[in-house]
Amino acid sequence: MNTQGLFVLPDGVVTVSYIIATVLFILALGGLSNQETARRGNWYGIFGMAIALLATVFGRITENYDLLIVALLIGGTIGIILARRVQMTQMPELVAVLHSLVGLAAVAVGFASFMDPDKHFIGVDLTIHDIETYLGILIGAVTFSGSIIAFGKLSGRMSGKPLTLPGRHWFNLALLIAAIWFGREFVMQSAAGGGLNPLIIMTAIALLFGIHMVMAIGGADMPVVVSMLNSYSGWAAAATGFMLSNDLLIVTGALVGSSGAILSYIMCRAMNRKFLAVIAGGFGTGGGAVAASTGEDQGEVVAIEAHEVAALLADAKEVMIIPGYGMAVAQAQHTVHEITRVLRDKKINVRFGIHPVAGRMPGHMNVLLAEARVPYDIVFEMDEVNDDFPKVDVSVVIGANDIVNPSAQTDPDSPIAGMPVLECWKGKMTIILKRSMATGYAGVQNPLFFKENSRMLFGDAKDTLDEVFKAL
Amino acid sequence: MKIGVPREIHEGEQRVATTPDVVSQLIKLGFSVAVEKDAGVGASISNEAYEAAGCEVLASAKDVWSHADLILKVRAPEGGEESLLRPDQTLICFLGPGQNPELLEQLTRTGGTAMSMDSVPRISRAQKMDALSSMANIAGYRAIVEAAQHFGRFFTGQITAAGNIPPAKVLVIGAGVAGLSAIGSARSMGAIVRAFDTRPEVKEQVESMDADFLMLEFEDEDGSGEGGYAKVMSDEFIKAEMALFAEQAKEVDIIITTALIPGRPAPLLVTAEMVGLMKDGSVIVDLAAETGGNCELTEAGKVVVKHGVSIIGYTDLPSRLAAQSSQLYATNLRHLVAELCPEKNGEIVVDMEDEVIRGATVCTGGETTWPPPPPTLSAAPKQAEPEPAPVVVKKKPSVFGPIAAVVIAVVALLGLGAVAPPSFMAHFTVFVLACFVGYMVIWNVSPALHTPLMSVTNAISSIIVIGALLQISSADKVIMWIATATVLITSINIAGGFAVTRRMLEMFRK
Repeated sequence: MNTQGLFVLPDGVVTVSYIIATVLFILALGGLSNQETARRGNWYGIFGMAIALLATVFGRITENYDLLIVALLIGGTIGIILARRVQMTQMPELVAVLHSLVGLAAVAVGFASFMDPDKHFIGVDLTIHDIETYLGILIGAVTFSGSIIAFGKLSGRMSGKPLTLPGRHWFNLALLIAAIWFGREFVMQSAAGGGLNPLIIMTAIALLFGIHMVMAIGGADMPVVVSMLNSYSGWAAAATGFMLSNDLLIVTGALVGSSGAILSYIMCRAMNRKFLAVIAGGFGTGGGAVAASTGEDQGEVVAIEAHEVAALLADAKEVMIIPGYGMAVAQAQHTVHEITRVLRDKKINVRFGIHPVAGRMPGHMNVLLAEARVPYDIVFEMDEVNDDFPKVDVSVVIGANDIVNPSAQTDPDSPIAGMPVLECWKGKMTIILKRSMATGYAGVQNPLFFKENSRMLFGDAKDTLDEVFKAL
Repeated sequence: MKIGVPREIHEGEQRVATTPDVVSQLIKLGFSVAVEKDAGVGASISNEAYEAAGCEVLASAKDVWSHADLILKVRAPEGGEESLLRPDQTLICFLGPGQNPELLEQLTRTGGTAMSMDSVPRISRAQKMDALSSMANIAGYRAIVEAAQHFGRFFTGQITAAGNIPPAKVLVIGAGVAGLSAIGSARSMGAIVRAFDTRPEVKEQVESMDADFLMLEFEDEDGSGEGGYAKVMSDEFIKAEMALFAEQAKEVDIIITTALIPGRPAPLLVTAEMVGLMKDGSVIVDLAAETGGNCELTEAGKVVVKHGVSIIGYTDLPSRLAAQSSQLYATNLRHLVAELCPEKNGEIVVDMEDEVIRGATVCTGGETTWPPPPPTLSAAPKQAEPEPAPVVVKKKPSVFGPIAAVVIAVVALLGLGAVAPPSFMAHFTVFVLACFVGYMVIWNVSPALHTPLMSVTNAISSIIVIGALLQISSADKVIMWIATATVLITSINIAGGFAVTRRMLEMFRK
């Protein structure tokens, strides 16, 4: 390592800086435990990142500062512009894009590290380093291509329908075996001084695997996919950390990786699905037919007009609003807030009940409501409000379906049986805003619509809510 | 097609079969509407109001009957009205075909079509046409108002400087539509309300209205009959029931009885003896007065005072709230007319395949079509058979799975430890510890902040930029450019991730 840099920090200082950065990152995540500390947490994260970057720049880099600064400036500017411009409804897409960048970076760093002529490993060290490089690139590539597909699906550029190739599980297995076999080839060739070819082939396999995996997953499983890719991007960083023997990367990667894994777990639990079943994809192909056949004459839905909804809301004491992905699609959150404000001015207790998988990514609804300036202390999680429904006068379901489906509790044969749902039918009256009588993502008919105390308000959620607002 | 609404000629009847609001909706369906002069006076609807809604006002009933193709009425035809029906004409009103066989015969003979609002089957699809329920609801409300009128005290309890006022105690027998309506009205006036019903499934409804449900300890007898009505109970049950009422009679101030069994005289629930047990000044409102009364001393259509208890036997409670009942009844009629006119072209089609229309039609084309075949779907579906208790076969999670996984993991780790160099193991330690720290920290994250969590983890996972920074000074040009590109894309991520997180967090406000 030469010492031609501006000035070079001693190794010890760099290491301490990394420790400080690590602690700050942990504090950043810890800060998210509630809204008050979250903003401070974000600053911890920014400081941590700044310290780590500065320490690396002044402690490790020796040349090409110009390139570095240009790259940082361009990248930073693009990042800030993206962050400023993005609509809150598009957050899942943005997050997917950012994931893909982490994956791409992991691949690039892996290749660069492999090609680095300065590396001086021998024997077991070399083997382990090779395996680390290989894993880093593998995970990075899967993250990259998977996130790109997820972005395509979330932004509507691709169909949200799961792609179910015949024998797709065998296809995945073949890819896995191929990846392992090329891994072995790579380690052996690398010991002899080569190995670039197996590495490139494996990268292609990993990219293909990422594409195929996300293609096979349907639209409403997206919360799981997004959090899973979040997890992968962390593991990719951790693997890169092993490769570079850098503890900061390992710790950060592990933090992010476990964070994403926990989110995936929470999402799966909220849908009562097995993680592997989600990943294997193709939901709704097995149980769908059964569900359709049991959807016999359930009675008749009762439609309602916007002004009647307004009257009902104005007369209520307790109102629960249950938003779903449909609210995001219709961009109705601002109108929802206006209505909420009017009702709260009338001393009506308005609350929001959020199902963990409502929307296309974890916490999506909360962000949308926050954007519309709905105070966060009236926005509750499913478990916090589910017992209160018997006291609720009017529940308003906006563009949600499966998360309020009583058959999850009553029909053990339903594809969504056992999924925790918001029990709005226990309230005195439920108003369901929907475009049409189409079934939800799971393809299950919803008996809620036929209940005696349910009323349907058909039409685009934004338009109908505007009418309700005017009538108020 | 013209819809005609004659004035009700039954003595004391204040209701009218349509209101200006409904008229305008009927016109939307393609009909023209004519009402008899002063038809709405009893319900406080002026002729001008009808005219303003686009309705023709005809001078006499005869004009209405001769001009209209569809006659809407409240009460069954009487005093010669029954012979006015023409073969091409349809009449819709309350006919009570079970109670009035002669009337039914007369109507059949005219060759016209008659539909009875009280024969609309009680299935969920037909709820919006269920005029019996609409009227029962009003009767229940009015029963409490009548009771309050004759009860010399407050309903609500108060503690005043002039002494304590205990709340009135109300017993409602029969928690059907009328009963529930009475419960709600009495509760909202502040009374203590108890309710009794032979059908145990209404317990929840009663309790949801904040009233106490009186239960009889008769496990095996369920009083639910077909069509949401109660059925006749066994002698033993009735004996126990009577004992309960006698005991309640001593305590309560007001009894509202709403027990009806279709096609039979009303069951006797309150005997003269029980009336004697009640406190002076108490009130009984008997909603079953028309079919004989639930109380032994009821006189239909009158208020009598026996043993110091006012017994109200009005049979025209809905008519005593004429504006309200006309509005609901007219809306029920409108829904039925809409069913009859699926094309919305102002023409009615009596489709005898339709369950609701078939049920309501009592005669057409000279033939009596009453009673209809039993409905296929009951409002409160009788449980066909006791469902076998769902045997929850909950698979016990096998303990071997996790144990095996742990064992494999430990062996794998030991194997790794055996071959891996110490430097790797040091990193590995850090990695495992970091995973645990992450696990602990993330579970504390509020679910509302999951999206910011993802964007901030995204930003910090771009710490991978360190790898690129280490490589950017490489002498190898390829590596240098790869590293530069990596710095660029990761810095998008760093700046974008933190900035968007900040933006989101700024939005979360109380």
